[in-house]
Amino acid sequence: MIDPKIKNVIEIKGLDTWYGSKQILSNISLHVERKEVMVIMGHSGSGKSTLLRHMIGLNNPASGSIKLLGKEITGLKSNELYELRKHIGVAFQNGALFSSMTLQENVELPLHEHTKLDHNTIRIMSRLKLELMNLSDNEDLMPAELSGGMLKRAGLARAVIMDPEILFFDEPSAGLDPVTSAELDDLILQLRDALNMTIIVVTHELVSAFKIADRITVIDNGQQIITGDKETIKKSTDPRIVNMLERRAMNDDIDADDYLNKLTRN
Amino acid sequence: MGTNKLQALSSIESVLIRLGIAGIFLFETTLTIVLPPYSLKPLIKQIAFIGARSLLVIVVAGLFVGMVIALQFYDTLVRFGSVSLLGSAVGLSLIRELGPVLTALMVIGRSGSAMCAEIGIMRVDNQIDALECMAIDPYRYLFAPRILAGIICVPILTAIFILVGIFGGYFVGVVLFGVSPGSYFQGMSDTVLNRDLFMGFSKSLVFGLLIVWIACDKGFNLHLDKHGAYGSEGVSRITTEAVVLSSIAVLFSDYLLSALIL
Ligand SMILES: Nc1ncnc2c1ncn2[C@@H]1O[C@H](COP(=O)(O)OP(=O)(O)OP(=O)(O)O)[C@@H](O)[C@H]1O
Ligand SMILES: [Mg+2]
Repeated sequence: MIDPKIKNVIEIKGLDTWYGSKQILSNISLHVERKEVMVIMGHSGSGKSTLLRHMIGLNNPASGSIKLLGKEITGLKSNELYELRKHIGVAFQNGALFSSMTLQENVELPLHEHTKLDHNTIRIMSRLKLELMNLSDNEDLMPAELSGGMLKRAGLARAVIMDPEILFFDEPSAGLDPVTSAELDDLILQLRDALNMTIIVVTHELVSAFKIADRITVIDNGQQIITGDKETIKKSTDPRIVNMLERRAMNDDIDADDYLNKLTRN
Repeated sequence: MGTNKLQALSSIESVLIRLGIAGIFLFETTLTIVLPPYSLKPLIKQIAFIGARSLLVIVVAGLFVGMVIALQFYDTLVRFGSVSLLGSAVGLSLIRELGPVLTALMVIGRSGSAMCAEIGIMRVDNQIDALECMAIDPYRYLFAPRILAGIICVPILTAIFILVGIFGGYFVGVVLFGVSPGSYFQGMSDTVLNRDLFMGFSKSLVFGLLIVWIACDKGFNLHLDKHGAYGSEGVSRITTEAVVLSSIAVLFSDYLLSALIL
């Protein structure tokens, strides 16, 4: 069903989206090539997670086109969307593990639902992935018994259990210590190189982004500022990019009266 | 005045839209119940969840309700000298009204609220999004077994409630007040018609559906609720709403069904 030679596994053109009367993303256009790591950057609230949700068909855009593995997903029938989603894996910002199941049951669920493999094979496959994520000692724990970093790795293990062609990963390093987040970065590169995955990562960690990215897209306030490889980003003269790279706060000069008005408005 | 009218219209409109969404929810779930593949294990798990959770309270409540209506009827009937009617009075009121309604209210408190909170937390925590991303249909995976379990369990629990209630009534009427056991059961089997049994059964079936439908739909569509918080506060709010709404739905449909069948 899916063309294995397709070059751009994701193609977004002119995406606009709103929450109520508030525009969240405007005129986003980008593509993701097979076997690359695309990092989406931007500060908190800029619309990164929202963009990710559109790419996997969880939200519907107000206008624009989104192609996933060559197929237009806006307005797609739900069973066709599910068919398409069998080729992707999504690791959520908070892990989103099912709280009534053990770690192992969480990871095995897609295999039980989508394959006819026998129990032992499924067990071996889930152990392989848990081993890869350094979680093999914790397979019988419930999600509530895991730390934040473990939850993230567990979510990742579940996302890659079906060996998806595209992996979406929301904020791998947010809230983790530098060592653990560096480990996750290595893991992402390993997944791309060993399992040939295309990977889309949302992050606001500069170091991590430059370590894993093949290309980077920067979003600010719902506007796409730039998309390009690391060199392009570094050479950019856009003040917002320069500020971001130099970790300078993006405070515009504020008029004293305006500021006072802002604080005292009701 | 114009704005008032407009506001009223738009709130009627939003209620209608919300009802439509609930209707689609039930339709989608019914489709996955009817169409293969079928799986038994999740259904059994949900039957255990609803049944086991409520069994004890149903037995205790059934016993006391049977006892108290026997007490009340005995006191009334004795004034007319017709205590022989005690069995039919207890049987009819339990089978036609009290059994189905009180069982439904108990199940709402024990299982409906828990179910709504569970689904609501899954929504808030992105677990439902995660299901959809794994290409697992939440209607099939989460709701089909719950709705089926509701329409299987509530009639069974109702039957248990009625049986225990009849024996509670027997204890008060026959053991405490000395009504003859023969007249208690004979009167009951003479007056209870198939129509009464049908009424009790169809009510419990409808109540079972209503309870699970409202609980699951409220939790699943938590994010559509525009009034107020979305996080854990949202879960507690929709759980309360689901309990109130399903109780009212049960009492209202109770009247409708009685009027329809009588
Ligand atoms: N369900 C929702 N309803 C209304 N507004 C929302 C909703 N979800 C997000 N928003 C708004 O959309 C904007 C973008 O949110 P989004 O979650 O995409 O940001 P983000 O870039 O992922 O931020 P972070 O780095 O903090 O995760 C924010 O201003 C947020 O207030
Ligand atoms: Mg985010």
